[in-house]
Amino acid sequence: MQNKLVSLQNIRVKFDDDEILKGINLDIYDKEFVTLLGPSGCGKTTTLRIIGGFVTPDSGKVIYGGAEINDVPPHKRPFNTVFQKYALFPHLNVYENIAFGLRIKKLPEKQIKAKVTEMLELVSLKGFAKRNVNSLSGGQQQRVAIARALAIDPKVLLLDEPLGALDLKLRKDMQIELKKIQQQAGITFLYVTHDQEEALSMSDKVVVMDNGIIQQIGTPQDIYNEPKNAFVADFIGESNILDAVMKEDYIASLSGYDFKCLDGGYAKNELVDAVIRPEDVDVVPAEKGMLAGVVTSVVFKGVYFEIIIDINGFKWMIQTTDYQPIGAMIGISIEPDAIHIMKKSVYSGVYGDYSSFSDEVDNPEVETSNEVNTNL
Amino acid sequence: MKLKTTSKIYTSLILFFLYAPIAVLIFFSFNSSKSTGVFTGFSLKWYGELFKNADIIEALKRTLIVASLSSAFATIIGTAAAVGIDKMTKKWVKSATLTVTNVPLMNPDIVTGISMMLMFVFVGRMFGQKSILGFNTLLISHITFNIPYVILSVLPKLKQTDKHLSEAAQDLGCTPVAAFFKVVFPSILPGIVTGMMMAFTLSLDDFIISNFTTDTYQTLPIYIYSMTKKNVSPDINALSTIIFFTILFLLVLINVTQSRMESKTKKLDL
Repeated sequence: MQNKLVSLQNIRVKFDDDEILKGINLDIYDKEFVTLLGPSGCGKTTTLRIIGGFVTPDSGKVIYGGAEINDVPPHKRPFNTVFQKYALFPHLNVYENIAFGLRIKKLPEKQIKAKVTEMLELVSLKGFAKRNVNSLSGGQQQRVAIARALAIDPKVLLLDEPLGALDLKLRKDMQIELKKIQQQAGITFLYVTHDQEEALSMSDKVVVMDNGIIQQIGTPQDIYNEPKNAFVADFIGESNILDAVMKEDYIASLSGYDFKCLDGGYAKNELVDAVIRPEDVDVVPAEKGMLAGVVTSVVFKGVYFEIIIDINGFKWMIQTTDYQPIGAMIGISIEPDAIHIMKKSVYSGVYGDYSSFSDEVDNPEVETSNEVNTNL
Repeated sequence: MKLKTTSKIYTSLILFFLYAPIAVLIFFSFNSSKSTGVFTGFSLKWYGELFKNADIIEALKRTLIVASLSSAFATIIGTAAAVGIDKMTKKWVKSATLTVTNVPLMNPDIVTGISMMLMFVFVGRMFGQKSILGFNTLLISHITFNIPYVILSVLPKLKQTDKHLSEAAQDLGCTPVAAFFKVVFPSILPGIVTGMMMAFTLSLDDFIISNFTTDTYQTLPIYIYSMTKKNVSPDINALSTIIFFTILFLLVLINVTQSRMESKTKKLDL
């Protein structure tokens, strides 16, 4: 696990006058499942394409096996890609698609057959060898693309939003499948997605990116529980992000109440951002609450109700199993370990208030994709 | 109901005016006498005459040679050009290039013909050649006017082709050139074939440009024209009938390949 495979050192890329990557530093270790996570246009696909060899960085180094490989063309790199729309070869059947890379290597027919059979089994497509790739479903095409890329034993498998075109149910199944394939094949996966849930459930390491900069690198738990700034906190799940003042170590004052928390080491009266996840807020009667406010909206989400309450002008999102009618006065109570304190950043004040809340605002998919640029 | 009848009559009228002359031509090609006014009886006499005429056979041979060679060269050059145009990333460069390559399509044949002749003569003079016109100049001019048609039929296929196909092939170990031939070429092949057949057809029946860019190396259209200048012999009718059906056959072939290719792409979308 500790064997460093690929390193990106201070990578910068410009398309026309648009700076897509502003100094990316990233180490990828052997057999890791690494996810690049971020909204459209954050530079995650470009980062992937740099490792694949399809984009040459303007400055910085791509290191593999101790040597710089900036100028090595894609066909000489031991990395293989699963493209966003699979890019299966339409004039070849499933067998020939998977055998493509093996034939380029001019392996004997017997060896090719053995490998293709092994791959078909790995991606659970036994008996599909002779099928036309156009007659396959999205999920099956996806598996063929993975098998094709894995057949020539890459050192790293690069996956560019491979589940984006699949429906929700299939996506969930494929997430489990992918993780299984990665563990069986024992290969490093570098996975690009804008779906935070996908990133959290599959990865060993999540790299959160925005605006061409890596915002945070960590395990899924780290990223969720200890976000570094308001962007990460907001992108990884719902969160209430409030201005707070560190009265002293372990005491954060927000919305006029001094909350106990587990964070220390800040200057006295330092201005900070406090993150409170909606599921960590307990609803109590108004008079017993640490803070109290009026319910302004209630949405039934199945497992829980999503309630927006107005406390001193700040709209909090709370997830609770108890129904609260609009206009009700309720109190909230927060445990010390539910409060996470972050240093102020450029993202402070941009995220985490639900006053203009709607599903669109929160869904990075809806923004028109700048990513198109990076695919040129 | 009334509208339907009117539209039917209208369609028939259009078809009648379009095809009446050709029908007359075909009709009289089977006439047993030399007359173009009276049909004296059915006969294949003129078809027989036609194949006895060594000049016509020679002209036919030359036409086929020029058509085959020019369509082959135009296909190679045009396909390469289409690939290049498709790869252009700047929009205005792309549309400017397309406009430049499309101008010869709109340009009247007579202008193309005269300008080519002038250029050939000019170049010939530069090298002290008295008469440069002949097979070579004819071939060059045919290749030139065929290229835009090939570009136009290959470009849409390239646009339909997934841009990542070539990358995927390179990713699996192909050099960029090998990736083109192994992956991109098969998917644009229908467009290339259509373009080549179109080029072949156009070369086959071109008269105006050929007339300016050759001298004694006469193709069939030029030969027919010179025949009509002397005296109209009915074997021209037979010859024209054969040409008409050849072109018709080629056009049907082009349409069939095109519709096949469309139904294939439809399957892809499913």
